Amino acid sequence: MPSPYGPKAEAGPPGLAAKLLGFCEELRGEGVAVGTSEILDAFAALDHVPWTSRDDFREALAATIAKSQEDRRLFELLFDRWFFRSAEAEAIERGIEEQGQRYEGGERLDIDELQEQIRQAIVEGDDGEMRDLARLAISAFGRQGEGSGVVGVDVQRIRRTLGLSAGTQPPGEDGAGELPPIDREQLNAFERHLRRELERDLIERTSTLPPSRPLAELDRALPTSPTQDLAAVHRAVSQMKRRLATLGQEQRGRRKGQAVDVRRTMRASLETGGVPLRLRYRPKRPRRPEIYVLCDVSTSVTSASVFFLSVLHALHDSFRKLRSFVFIERISEVTEVFEHERDFRAIAQRISSEGGVADVSGYTDYGRVWLEFLGKISDELDPRSTVIVLGDARTNGREPHAEIFAQVSERAGRLFWLNPEPRLYWNYGDSVMAAYERHCDGAFECWTTRHLENFVNVVAGGVPAAD
Amino acid sequence: MPDGSVAEVKDALAKVGYLADEPAALVSFLAQQLGKPVLVEGPAGVGKTELAKALSRASGRELIRLQCYEGLDEAKALYEWNYRKQLLRIQAGGEEGWEDVHGDIFDKEFLLERPLLQAISSAEPVVLLIDEIDKTDQEFEAMLLELLSDFQITIPELGQVAATTMPIVVLTSNNSRELTEALKRRCLYLWLDYPELEREMEIVRLHAPELPEALARRMVEVVRMVRALDLKKPPSIAESIDWARTLLLMGAEDIDRETFEQSMSIIVKHRTDIELVAERVGVKLAEPVRTEG
Repeated sequence: MPSPYGPKAEAGPPGLAAKLLGFCEELRGEGVAVGTSEILDAFAALDHVPWTSRDDFREALAATIAKSQEDRRLFELLFDRWFFRSAEAEAIERGIEEQGQRYEGGERLDIDELQEQIRQAIVEGDDGEMRDLARLAISAFGRQGEGSGVVGVDVQRIRRTLGLSAGTQPPGEDGAGELPPIDREQLNAFERHLRRELERDLIERTSTLPPSRPLAELDRALPTSPTQDLAAVHRAVSQMKRRLATLGQEQRGRRKGQAVDVRRTMRASLETGGVPLRLRYRPKRPRRPEIYVLCDVSTSVTSASVFFLSVLHALHDSFRKLRSFVFIERISEVTEVFEHERDFRAIAQRISSEGGVADVSGYTDYGRVWLEFLGKISDELDPRSTVIVLGDARTNGREPHAEIFAQVSERAGRLFWLNPEPRLYWNYGDSVMAAYERHCDGAFECWTTRHLENFVNVVAGGVPAAD
Repeated sequence: MPDGSVAEVKDALAKVGYLADEPAALVSFLAQQLGKPVLVEGPAGVGKTELAKALSRASGRELIRLQCYEGLDEAKALYEWNYRKQLLRIQAGGEEGWEDVHGDIFDKEFLLERPLLQAISSAEPVVLLIDEIDKTDQEFEAMLLELLSDFQITIPELGQVAATTMPIVVLTSNNSRELTEALKRRCLYLWLDYPELEREMEIVRLHAPELPEALARRMVEVVRMVRALDLKKPPSIAESIDWARTLLLMGAEDIDRETFEQSMSIIVKHRTDIELVAERVGVKLAEPVRTEG
């Protein structure tokens, strides 16, 4: 991704200032908004902390540069990488090497003892110790001509050889009692050390830095396992909630169409001797989003319905006035289920067992669904309500009843359609998306969390992100 | 409060009963050194507000608190003219002409100072806590900008009121909406999260010193287990402390299933949460040991 701030700076003049500016450029490249004032603050802050303490140095930078949790996460990732690369680049330039001493004694080590020590260090979470042991482990295993040359592969190979895995440990062979369980986080930390040391080794051997890659795209295809991307969906939805909350504030600020509150004006006039100097207005109530979500759970969208259900799950967490429905051939309200169950898997199960939405064939019948939906709650739809439909608009050749759908759209304030199929497939085969799209305030393809965020942006009045 | 180094700030905070972690101590230290406001974000109940209170205690400064809510406006946050007094002044003037009066009634004497104005016009340096800034609307945030960057407030009738002493400003947010870039730009940022096991134990033992160490550890472990679940309202630090005190009162020696079920409502306060916690955590605890006979 090209940085919006122009090309990245070349390795500039020596000194910390240049390095810091380079680091800020790197952050900007990853989408963290680092302004000049932040950089000035960072330098001011560094005046007051000792540079010898890595933690203080990093925290001082973080406090002045990374201004949200998301920024902070990117900051952590980039901080390590940038300063590691800078140090290595400097080392190559000056021709500094840790000749020989580095792997001294590695070959003579007793593997069992090493294993025991590493286990100990991981359990205790001692950072410095883990680093040293990682080096030893590399020299013990990596130098036997087995190194694959690919860092990721080597890390896993060493981990397996050492017999390290997260969770409770199998009892030792000699029956020496149970080994303490290994925390996943700590094991990851050890793997990070291994990776770093292997990279350092590689850089030293080849005297070149590998090209720096942008951070892995956070974008993923449709999640297939229910718990896998639940967190991502929740994030997108909570963002939606925040955006909608801000939107409400904007609308309230306007004086347009406010009504004078006579009672309060009279009361206020007592202060000024009965002369109504200041008009009091009736407070404008914020528009509470009232949302109806209709979700297709038929077989044609099986892979998507897990994603959709998790969207529903997240929506229920964020909005109080939300009613959800699932449909195949008939429609059924499942608001209750979501309100009483917290666990996603339990919800999915209850919906499939109690939903009662499949009739005979198990094929979606959109026309009938609109008829039933309108019949059930037409009285409750008003211009303040938002209807969101999650479905692929594949009618299986049945009557789409677009005119009924138009009525729903007319009664509701806003109507959005999220389609789990790429736009390319719309209107092919039995998809009648075009007939419905005409009556929507917006139709979006939605099969990744990124799409969901895009939808959130549009709903909140922003511009759609480029694909 | 000593301001020589990060470690000193940390000690000073610990002396008044707030065990800050490295980032929190460092940011508090920088806030004093750089004279910049601190924006503290994090989940509810991790001690964001408490940090400001502790800073005030440690530095011996008065704490001025502005609690934000929807619809908070300038009149309640900055200043308001005292109409009644102005009216009285006009009436008391009798035959005085408008020329004499109008300069008079827009004077400091007729100004009602609200927290923000109080904080910057105070003769002694203070700690200003702007709590739950995310509850206000964006207009209010914009109004704060002048105060936060220049420590001054413009009152049209009087001109600028600049701070005589530098307050330490702490803003807290539960992250219920995105704050504007402009506001964030002017602040140091601190993300407070639930503390590590060891730190939480220290905190609990600081507030409930009679609790035996083994029980405290067990308790914090259980609290962390509860937090790991997907709850509507995970237990805060204050609630762990409450629970510790409850366990003391109950005279519990270990947290078994029975004790847990009796006292669970201290840390879990949502019906659906209670069911989930009982189901997931309760079963992991040992059955109570019954004495024979």
